[in-house]
Amino acid sequence: MESRFHSVKLLEDKCKGCTNCIKRCPTEAIRVREGKAVINAARCIDCGECVRTCENHAKAIMANSLDDLQEFDYNIALPAPALYSQIGKASGPDEVVWALEQIGFDAVCDVSFGADIITECTRRYIRGNDLPRPMISSACPAVVRLVQVRFPGLIPHLAKIESPMYAAARVARARVGEQLRIPDDRIGVFFISPCAAKITAIISPLGSEKSYVNGALAVSDIYGPLMASLGRGGSSRPLYRGSGLGFGWAMNGGELRALGDMKALAVDGIHNVIGVLEEADSGRLQRVDYIEALACQAGCVGGPANVENPFVARVRMRDVSAGVDAGSMATSLQLARDCIDEFGEGYFCMHEPIQPLAGMELAESLESAIARMGELEKIVAELPGLDCGACGSPTCRTHAEDVVCGRAIETDCVFKLRERMQQMAEDLLRLARTDLPSMARRDDN
Amino acid sequence: MTARDEHALEMDFAVGRHDFAAAGEVASRVKQVLRQLGIASDLVRRAAVATYEAEMNLVIHSNGGKVVLRVDSERIVVEACDLGPGIPDIELAMREGYSTASDEVREMGFGAGMGLPNMRRCSDSFKIDSSVGRGTTVTTVIYIAEPGS
Ligand code: SF4
Repeated sequence: MESRFHSVKLLEDKCKGCTNCIKRCPTEAIRVREGKAVINAARCIDCGECVRTCENHAKAIMANSLDDLQEFDYNIALPAPALYSQIGKASGPDEVVWALEQIGFDAVCDVSFGADIITECTRRYIRGNDLPRPMISSACPAVVRLVQVRFPGLIPHLAKIESPMYAAARVARARVGEQLRIPDDRIGVFFISPCAAKITAIISPLGSEKSYVNGALAVSDIYGPLMASLGRGGSSRPLYRGSGLGFGWAMNGGELRALGDMKALAVDGIHNVIGVLEEADSGRLQRVDYIEALACQAGCVGGPANVENPFVARVRMRDVSAGVDAGSMATSLQLARDCIDEFGEGYFCMHEPIQPLAGMELAESLESAIARMGELEKIVAELPGLDCGACGSPTCRTHAEDVVCGRAIETDCVFKLRERMQQMAEDLLRLARTDLPSMARRDDN
Repeated sequence: MTARDEHALEMDFAVGRHDFAAAGEVASRVKQVLRQLGIASDLVRRAAVATYEAEMNLVIHSNGGKVVLRVDSERIVVEACDLGPGIPDIELAMREGYSTASDEVREMGFGAGMGLPNMRRCSDSFKIDSSVGRGTTVTTVIYIAEPGS
């Protein structure tokens, strides 16, 4: 099994081996073994649920650091719209742009502008394609990976459109390259990410072979330096800025609001997303044209690499979105359409197919998988069904899976162990009670 | 295929009459099982849709019954069996849009008369055995194409 890159990592020394994270993981990717959590790389979708759940902060998001900017001659920051939701009301977007320049960037291009481009592309895509309904937005990379791992039957439903970040990166790169005559490989483009899934998507891209983004910084990592600069209060304009609707993409329902009137459904929070995808996968949502699905509750403002409470952040995001006046809103939207005309619509479509990802199979061949499934069912029937997690697997069923795949033994279950011990004790007692030829017969047996 | 064959899998899922709260659970379970067997996703998808419809038929129309999943190296079989009331006119029941679901059930958004036709669409072979008073068995077969065959 190929092992894929993941930005979500375990910090072993902080992990106490509790079982909180294994219960929340949407792909049952985590086990506790020898007192530490272990993430199965084939299953992990980098949703960040475990980062959020872990009270010991033993799950971390690996990202680039500001030092990595030194590799390039000219660095562009691509702040996710959600970044602006993390900063108090006192500082407007232009102050944040200025602060980004202070911490090392030469220019800033708002991903909200990329969102305006992608909104228009998506609108045309939905109209122009006779794809199976419902189409599913591929804006959230954790959701795309979830589909690849758990719902491969829905892969044909994914809208093969690049993300707002990708669109912003491409237009920013082109503009800087052209106007400043900087060779493309000397331009560093860094996404300021609210989540782990985007960081993973940058390091191993989903649809396109080449990533136009060189790296990603976690909002939580730059928050300190950013706040320090903000206090000094200058202000600066980005290369491109999106409309209020573009900023709105960071909130649940925001993509749909930007897309406008449609038979659509919005869902946020990875476990809620699973519920909706289950429905779609059984053919029950054919009357819905489009699904906006975001792994984080409240949308990207609730990303695991953020610092603010998701609901507080959403209110701020709404203010930022509403703060873009009607005039500049119209300009942004027109500019987005111009970019599509200039680059061509196909420019913002994914060109590589999205493949299913293996990770759930019990065995390589169908025959042995069938044999193992039979065995698994027998084991499950014998287990208490409490899903206590003490065995290190999230549920009794996953424990049985681990047993038939040789990753655990039955007595890892404390109840099985107890049963076995009781059996042994009874055997021992029986043995102890057997009469010896040299002794007188006892009457009690 | 026999149930004793170690290369075949057989699993039963009980479905209760009017158990709308649990509707869809069997389809999810079946999907999970097939996925764990490594079955191609388009086949899993078809089996899941067939199972969902089978399950809903049992919930809406039957006095309760079960869905049986059988898998061997050649095929996936989804069978819905119930103990009544039985279908008086199978040809009519197969017609798209025909439904005997009560208004109450239709108000919940079910019973559009697409269940059996959907099941047939998802299957490579499809059979209904029914007798009024005794019950109905609907069998859906999906072949697993072996690579190169
Ligand atoms: S990031 Fe998500 S999928 Fe990966 S181990 Fe954590 S909870 Fe599971």
